[in-house]
Amino acid sequence: MNRKLIMILTCVFVIAFAFSIQAEVKDPIGVVKLGPGEPVHIAYWVVISGPNTSLGTDVVRGIEIAVDDFGGSIKGFPLKISGQDAACSAEGGQAAATRLAADPTIVAAIGSTCSSAAKPGVPILWKAGIPTVSPSNTAPFLTDPERGDGYGGYARTCHNDKVQGAIAAEFAFREKGLKSAATIHDGSVYAEQLAQVFAKRFKELGGKVTSMEAVSPNDTDMRPVLTKIATAKPDIIYYPIFIAEGGFITRQSKEISGLEKTTMMGADGMFSPDFYKAAGMAAVGMYHSSPDFGAFAGGYQAFLAKHMKKYGEKPIAPFHGHAYDATMMILKAIDKVAVKEGGNLHIGRKALRDALLATSTMQGLTGTITCDQYGDCADPKIAIYQTAAENVKQGAMPTKPYWKPY
Amino acid sequence: MNQDQSPWRYAVNIGLIGALTVVMLSLIGMVESFSKRDIIYRVVTMGNTLLLLTAIFLSYLAAKKAGREHAATAVGSAILTAVITAAGVALLVAIGKTINLRMVFINASPVLYQILTFYIGPKGIPLVLLGGLLSGLAAGLLFLAPPSIRKTIITALSAVVIAGVLQDMLRPVIALWGPLAKINLFLFAANGLSIKGAIGLFVVVAILVYVWGQKGSAVKTKVQGLPAGQQRNLKLASMLVLAFILLVLPKILGLFLSEVLTIVGLYVLLGLGLNIVVGFAGLLDLGYVAFFAVGSYVVAILTSPELGFFSMNFWTALPFVIAAGILSGVLLGVPVLKMRGDYLAIATLGFGEIIRILVLSDWLRPWIGGAQGIGQIPNISIAGYTFTTPQQVYYFILAGCLLVGFISWRLRDSRLGRAWMAVREDEDVAQAMGINLVATKLMAFATGAGFSALSGAIFATKIGSVYPHSFNVIVSINIICLIIVGGMGSIPGVIVGAFALVGLPELLREFAEFRLLVYGAALVAMMLLKPEGLWPDVKRRRELHIDEDENVAEAEEATVSA
Amino acid sequence: MFQRIRERISPTDVVMWLIGGGLLFLVVWGSIATLIKGTYTARHWIDFIIFGLAQGSVYALIATGYTMVYGVLRMINFAHGEVFMSGPYTAYFVAAWFYRTGWLDTNPISCLAAIFLVSMSVSVTIAFFLERIAYRPLRGAPRLIPLITAIGASFFLQYLFRGLYGSSFQAYPDIAMLEGHWVIWGIRILKFQAVVIVAAIVLMFALYSFVMKSRIGKAIRSVSEDKEASALMGIDVDKMISMTFVVGGAAAGAAGVLYAIMFKQVHFFMGFIPGIKAFTAAVLGGIGNIPGAMLGGIFLGLVESVGPSLFLDGLGIVAPYQLKDAIAFTMLVMVLIFRPTGILGERLAVKKA
Repeated sequence: MNRKLIMILTCVFVIAFAFSIQAEVKDPIGVVKLGPGEPVHIAYWVVISGPNTSLGTDVVRGIEIAVDDFGGSIKGFPLKISGQDAACSAEGGQAAATRLAADPTIVAAIGSTCSSAAKPGVPILWKAGIPTVSPSNTAPFLTDPERGDGYGGYARTCHNDKVQGAIAAEFAFREKGLKSAATIHDGSVYAEQLAQVFAKRFKELGGKVTSMEAVSPNDTDMRPVLTKIATAKPDIIYYPIFIAEGGFITRQSKEISGLEKTTMMGADGMFSPDFYKAAGMAAVGMYHSSPDFGAFAGGYQAFLAKHMKKYGEKPIAPFHGHAYDATMMILKAIDKVAVKEGGNLHIGRKALRDALLATSTMQGLTGTITCDQYGDCADPKIAIYQTAAENVKQGAMPTKPYWKPY
Repeated sequence: MNQDQSPWRYAVNIGLIGALTVVMLSLIGMVESFSKRDIIYRVVTMGNTLLLLTAIFLSYLAAKKAGREHAATAVGSAILTAVITAAGVALLVAIGKTINLRMVFINASPVLYQILTFYIGPKGIPLVLLGGLLSGLAAGLLFLAPPSIRKTIITALSAVVIAGVLQDMLRPVIALWGPLAKINLFLFAANGLSIKGAIGLFVVVAILVYVWGQKGSAVKTKVQGLPAGQQRNLKLASMLVLAFILLVLPKILGLFLSEVLTIVGLYVLLGLGLNIVVGFAGLLDLGYVAFFAVGSYVVAILTSPELGFFSMNFWTALPFVIAAGILSGVLLGVPVLKMRGDYLAIATLGFGEIIRILVLSDWLRPWIGGAQGIGQIPNISIAGYTFTTPQQVYYFILAGCLLVGFISWRLRDSRLGRAWMAVREDEDVAQAMGINLVATKLMAFATGAGFSALSGAIFATKIGSVYPHSFNVIVSINIICLIIVGGMGSIPGVIVGAFALVGLPELLREFAEFRLLVYGAALVAMMLLKPEGLWPDVKRRRELHIDEDENVAEAEEATVSA
Repeated sequence: MFQRIRERISPTDVVMWLIGGGLLFLVVWGSIATLIKGTYTARHWIDFIIFGLAQGSVYALIATGYTMVYGVLRMINFAHGEVFMSGPYTAYFVAAWFYRTGWLDTNPISCLAAIFLVSMSVSVTIAFFLERIAYRPLRGAPRLIPLITAIGASFFLQYLFRGLYGSSFQAYPDIAMLEGHWVIWGIRILKFQAVVIVAAIVLMFALYSFVMKSRIGKAIRSVSEDKEASALMGIDVDKMISMTFVVGGAAAGAAGVLYAIMFKQVHFFMGFIPGIKAFTAAVLGGIGNIPGAMLGGIFLGLVESVGPSLFLDGLGIVAPYQLKDAIAFTMLVMVLIFRPTGILGERLAVKKA
């Protein structure tokens, strides 16, 4: 390359660069204007690939039923639902959120399913003025007052893990009188956090945590790690992980000498008929902490009937109800703030966010939805379920809680 | 089958392959999933297109086998192939209606049969066969058409299909173009292209291609006829245009495509680094992601206030990042110095996994965050200007790519670069010629690792958090693949490879379910048909073709006779 | 080994010995600390060893397929893990059907035989076509190219099966005959573990004698020694390469059923990690060497099962089983550094370049 060329190239760069900096100023929050007949566009960003697909599918079904129930239109404007794969990872969340943020027709979003995807994704969406309501991000960080900038447009209809882990510990210590516990996580953000919360609360209550183990998501032979746990003979093993590994641990725990009397307990991540398939009869007698479907409003039975009719099966993961509520929350908030002018519909983005966070005493499927200023909207009714032999045989989750803290 | 097999026989065989393919496409759920999106609103869905293209492509092959001289045979065998392919669909529907295939094949849903029979049930089967017949006829005629017309039609049709497939992305992009935004209203309907949009697009592209086909070569000869000075000016001008395009790209493309560009850019950086190790020095490294992880984690530990150890800014941390990358390259390089070929591959793969497992572990959790990763990594800023949106980060990554590209371009022709290539060709001979193997190999590992660490640092600041799950072995495999697909040892090849293997899948994010399936099939097809890569290094292509003279000829014979 | 040191002591050698010595020291120290602490009783150790043997014998069976293919083609057949997955995943539907009809309880032996047969034939079919379509045209291409093809084929097969059978886990039904445990010489061993270990040993023995004694086995070995010479001796090289894939596929299909008996769950991704592990095992044992692959597999299984408790627990490392793959890979690298030909030595005619 000759020197002249390099000089010219440099100049071009500098000029274009300066140009781009100047042109970047924009109002972060605007108004969505819809012409006559144009749809109100809501997008979901959930996991639709990889091993946790069932979580995402469950959520999407909840959304679709909610849209049907709402009537498919807002103030005479049709509803359009589209979706992106946020996987269950930070990169997936970022890419999916960017994709949504690039589409100016999107009014609001539903998602993500996994907290690790939400962490980078939510700020991107909110920067584009898109509020998002998650049906299943349970990580405490997301609604923490110290969470940093960018999470202003975030709300969730599911419980915060601070609640679930603590309830599990209270159940084990107070209700069952178990004095020593071991935990297992699989290195996922969700499981690690729950195991931590559980152990902390269990110790506070006066229990003894014998060991905190971890496995890899692709492990199949859990017998060695279970044998290691068995050396301390804990009263309970708490393993808030996902279906596959959970199935291996549940089955193999029956084969380990020293664990015959140990209580097994999982969380909502494997509260699914698929888990019974994976664990078989070994699941009988074990406990799960999960949202209390019994406390769900009367509409839940009708929801189940619609679900059965539409998809030919019962819900496959625990967050369909929360997805339904998240969708309803958004639709009602849009209905509240959308202004009809002539044949057009105007939706203010900030107004929509404010309306979402102002949601209060909304009767949802999962209970009464009331948001606090950080976007925790759930009515955290976590209950403990015990699996009976019929549940496994019929491949259906128990519907009546074994114990509830309230 | 052998070379002089009759075209009819060939048509039957290839038709059977086609039938198998369409049945497979249906049973894995691709057809049903693609049918949710219209290419042309309420006329053709993506699912239809997929099946049609399969039939047309295979029957085109059948026609080609018959040859131009036998027009009737060509059209006949094309039709035969397409009808057999369609019969596969018909058979699937017929079987599916009598036996519940869903017990085993989860995607054999009633909806699928509806789609396959044009929503009119078993009565649609004759219609399916008719469709096959017509697509065979179309393929046959297309084959017989003069090349210029054939090319025009194929390109214009592809343009329509691509516009339809990428509609959700094109719409917001076109909407950014100010006065041109009206194109959207013309092109698109609610779901898919509008009929007038599709026809319009077809006509415009067809005219462009046709005119270029007529005049293109004339322009080329004219340019070649110019005096040397003017040719250089022309080259300079085109480089300036290219530079300008690179600079305004994020403005034109909008948010999401810029994000895709930044992801591609990161992979280009990684690819350029690995290209030194694998492409230049011939050391097969399957654990390259380890250095990427080192870069990300070092920058996270040094800058994130979440851990609170250092809270540096990006620029202070950068030298440490590069140093850590180079150091880890040397550290991991020393033990594997004596290993060759596949042992090296498996050992480096092991290293990559060890690093990932360590950063994930509860053991190191107090220092590097464990499963919760590290968050709140600040964005890069220069003199008060912060790179936050993808459009801004793009410039940073572009600068990084240019820098790294320049370095590796200079390295390739340097003394060291030639030493690397000598090692690649034959270690023993290289050593005999006085090349210090230890130093040369370690330099390759170190340089590659340095680039990778830089890329990791940018990645961490771009996302703002690091998680162990981002450093899976799949990333290493992906980078190796993009180098080979682009053309080993070729710098532009890395860029092309990154666009093909990272950019394209990112664009089709909604179809994530099928991403790796198509990716895998494309890799195999690519290696079978064009093993030297999309943009091979000139020297390497020449080499490949010398020693391939016999091998490729043999291999081709084997393919044909298979 | 010592000869090499005498020949040349370079700084890199010193570094390597330091690393190796350091690791060895840590391992010994950790083991002693663990044993002194006395958390684990002899019975625990025996359990660990049995678990390791069972897991290792599955690795060993898969590893034989890798090692045979490497022997004849000098390529890492990355898709071998998928060959392993395809068999038991397909056979699951047969098993589930047997279970529904109740045959699995009334005549379990013949049902198991049928499951084995289905699994092995599916794996063999996949392996055969894999070689035919993806590898044969590339014979003689530069070494990296078949590797990429194999990676592509691996992805393709994974997601093909995912598309066909769905992305959720399927679980093999329990086989009543294999429930419970036996007590042999005071050692408690689960029935299915004993069955898996014995079956794997029988299969490996059968495979080994097939390769050593039968005509085809001899021809395969001759091809892996020297293709040209074999061709001159009238051996159909292409056919023998196909046969290698068939035999390897059969072993993988059988290993798949053993895996399914032991772990119950089958899934489209189940082959990937065991595939990498089995390749590690093949390298550990000495690539191209069938007894080596078997030994390597069992060794790997043992290290994964015993290692974390023995080495890491004593060092005070929390959650040691999270690091078990790290131990396996570290051991691999160490073996490659200090004994690059593997435990039993590689059986390759030409040194790989």
